[in-house]
Amino acid sequence: MEDIEHFEREVKLIDENGVRLDGRKSDDLRPIRIEAGVLRRADGSAYVEWGGNKVLAAVYGPREAHPRHLQDPARALVQCRYNMAPFSVSDRKRPGPDRRSVEISKVISEAFASVVFAEQFPRTSVDIFIEVLQADAGTRCAGLTAASVALADAGVPMKDLVTSCASGKIGGVVCLDLDKEEDNFGEADCPMAIVPRTGEIVLLQMDGHLTYEEFQKAMDLSIGATKRIYEMQRDALRRRYSVTLEEILNESPPPPPPAEEPVLRDPTSEYERFEADLDREVGP
Amino acid sequence: MEGRGPVRQIVIPGEAVGGSDVKPGPGTFFEGGRVYASQLGVLTQRDGTVSVIPLSGRYIPQPGDAVIGEVVDIGPSHWLVDINSPYPAPLHATESPWHVEFGDTGRFLNVGDAIMAHVLSVDEIKRIQLTMQDREARRLKGGQLLEISPTKVPRVIGKQGSMITLIKQSTGCRIYVGQNGRIWLDGDDRSTALAARAIKFVEERAQAVGLTEAVKDFLANARRTQGSPGRA
Amino acid sequence: MSEEIVSDLMREYVYRLASSGKRADGRRLDEPRKLQIERGFVKTAEGSARVKLGNTEVLVGIKMSVGEPYPDTPNTGVLSTSVELIPMASPTFEAGPPRPDAIELARVVDRGIRESKMVNMEKLCITPKEKVWVMFIDIHVLDYDGNLFDACSYGSVAALANTIVPAKAQGLGDDFPLPVEHWPVSVTTVKIKDILLVDASLDEERMADARLTVTTDENGDIRAMQKGLSGSFSYDEVKRIIEASQKVGHAIRPLLRP
Repeated sequence: MEDIEHFEREVKLIDENGVRLDGRKSDDLRPIRIEAGVLRRADGSAYVEWGGNKVLAAVYGPREAHPRHLQDPARALVQCRYNMAPFSVSDRKRPGPDRRSVEISKVISEAFASVVFAEQFPRTSVDIFIEVLQADAGTRCAGLTAASVALADAGVPMKDLVTSCASGKIGGVVCLDLDKEEDNFGEADCPMAIVPRTGEIVLLQMDGHLTYEEFQKAMDLSIGATKRIYEMQRDALRRRYSVTLEEILNESPPPPPPAEEPVLRDPTSEYERFEADLDREVGP
Repeated sequence: MEGRGPVRQIVIPGEAVGGSDVKPGPGTFFEGGRVYASQLGVLTQRDGTVSVIPLSGRYIPQPGDAVIGEVVDIGPSHWLVDINSPYPAPLHATESPWHVEFGDTGRFLNVGDAIMAHVLSVDEIKRIQLTMQDREARRLKGGQLLEISPTKVPRVIGKQGSMITLIKQSTGCRIYVGQNGRIWLDGDDRSTALAARAIKFVEERAQAVGLTEAVKDFLANARRTQGSPGRA
Repeated sequence: MSEEIVSDLMREYVYRLASSGKRADGRRLDEPRKLQIERGFVKTAEGSARVKLGNTEVLVGIKMSVGEPYPDTPNTGVLSTSVELIPMASPTFEAGPPRPDAIELARVVDRGIRESKMVNMEKLCITPKEKVWVMFIDIHVLDYDGNLFDACSYGSVAALANTIVPAKAQGLGDDFPLPVEHWPVSVTTVKIKDILLVDASLDEERMADARLTVTTDENGDIRAMQKGLSGSFSYDEVKRIIEASQKVGHAIRPLLRP
């Protein structure tokens, strides 16, 4: 694992007052920001910033499933591909799926297969793509949370969103939402995903060492947090579409007058004007 | 101005939208005595049925839908048409407006042609058949094609066609709107460009209240600044 | 990129407009789309830039590590460029190993940067013949709406421009900004029948017969070129395209420098 050789002594992840390295308490979530509808080509998309994580999710579908022999005559295939960009981690990751990405893709696909109304679209596939642009532990939870919003944004019929969060143990204390340092040096990590309305658990993984009581404490923390995260998912979807007409008319510039009817333009004479236009269009 | 105000209520999948006193309409489902939304959309209720009008989603063909398609493949007795749907849509030679001999399909329609057709049938496993045997069906020539989200088509057409008629009259264009979100505009390039912008305007603000007035303003503004092509 | 079929109707429409000097989005034939650049987007990278050219969006991250030099260049750093056409960027992109399009894109972007000597690679030598800085340019295409050659190049140049060499973490002194000395700008023109268009949108690109990318430096000199697709250019067209690339490049260059 990265960074281990830089630590010469035991790192104290949580102090006597229950304060973690980044100042959080044991039940504090990192700051989360969710936006729906951020890409043009994809049918649905969402972007999540979660602590130091930056994750993009996109959905295509339902669309014709290829190759043909993998089509299911009764329902849509629900497939997720989770991938990390090479620059998303401190030590560059070679492009392409590794075994970890393949496993995460599988468990996330299965989480969504349980909520999508797949029978409405026989012989098609709903393709979900999760791309981690910057990683800080908990990427599968951030990715799943983003992918849920992307699925709703794409208009895929579902029985509910799926919300995801992880809890673990650091310095002997069960804590919510571990970041990279805590995940590297802590004693356990337990990501989960839940269907908010019904409480069904659709993703559950764990690695490390937890007593049965510690596990229950971790789940309580995660389930509690997913209620807050669900509100953010819903808010992101509503914000995407919910603008009053007044705001729209105030914010959009009046339609530009159509260009005068040229006969045939001589490209070279346009460059002076073009350069002046370019000055106005410097982006953020 | 009258008619402007907040948008209608937007619901997300899984949100409760009614109890056992309402019937579940499109975009909803019934579970454990309550009705829930299954899609992101606008909540409406009428005659005891609650529905959600989706704000996005792929086009799912219904029999009778008018669609604008593009021929993507050709066989001796049929053409395969892309209608912007998850499902391929074949048009059989016998459903065309012409008398087509076996193997002679290329004489009438070829890969790359745009057509206006109707959905003839959709079976239980969503196999589709198209037909061109009605008055409006034709191969499209000239003009331009526009694509919008299929979920916005009802708004672009408007109540009893009011919105699309408004745009047609203001721009002097011929406009065919396919249920699959494809739209054909025919007229001089300046008029079709204006009509295209008006349609995009409606698509972006589809769920807002008072849209018709806003579109009237938009078109009047545009005509004023360019000198009106549609003025009597 | 597997091509989706463009209807004859739309081909005629775009050509008709272009014949009278106009384009569907209102631009002139020689006018690129709006370019937006956000620097330092990825904190785990040594340098990064998020670029939008019209609706085409690309994210570039620069990663640096220490390694061995190539035997034939024992005193210079190592540069490696790769492009990922991730499936979410277009319904025509599939997951899997890089296809020829992605490889060509990466090599053309790399050529423009390398041949213009944008980065002083000698200054990236630590111990001759043994240790040098190894630089990876990783281009992640997020949303494809035409002209990846230019979007990927602008992203790479902007990312390199805000890269800090992580010398401290390697015990090699203080961190220092990547030594950038030249500014290559890539401008891609496509040909539809007999009309030349700069910075093609997706529709225009789908109908293009031929494509020419020209990368020029701040003196207007040519550093890299790549002709693509199966059509051809007359020599006169090639000259007109080079002149257009110089002028458009000159206008875009100030946006890429921080």
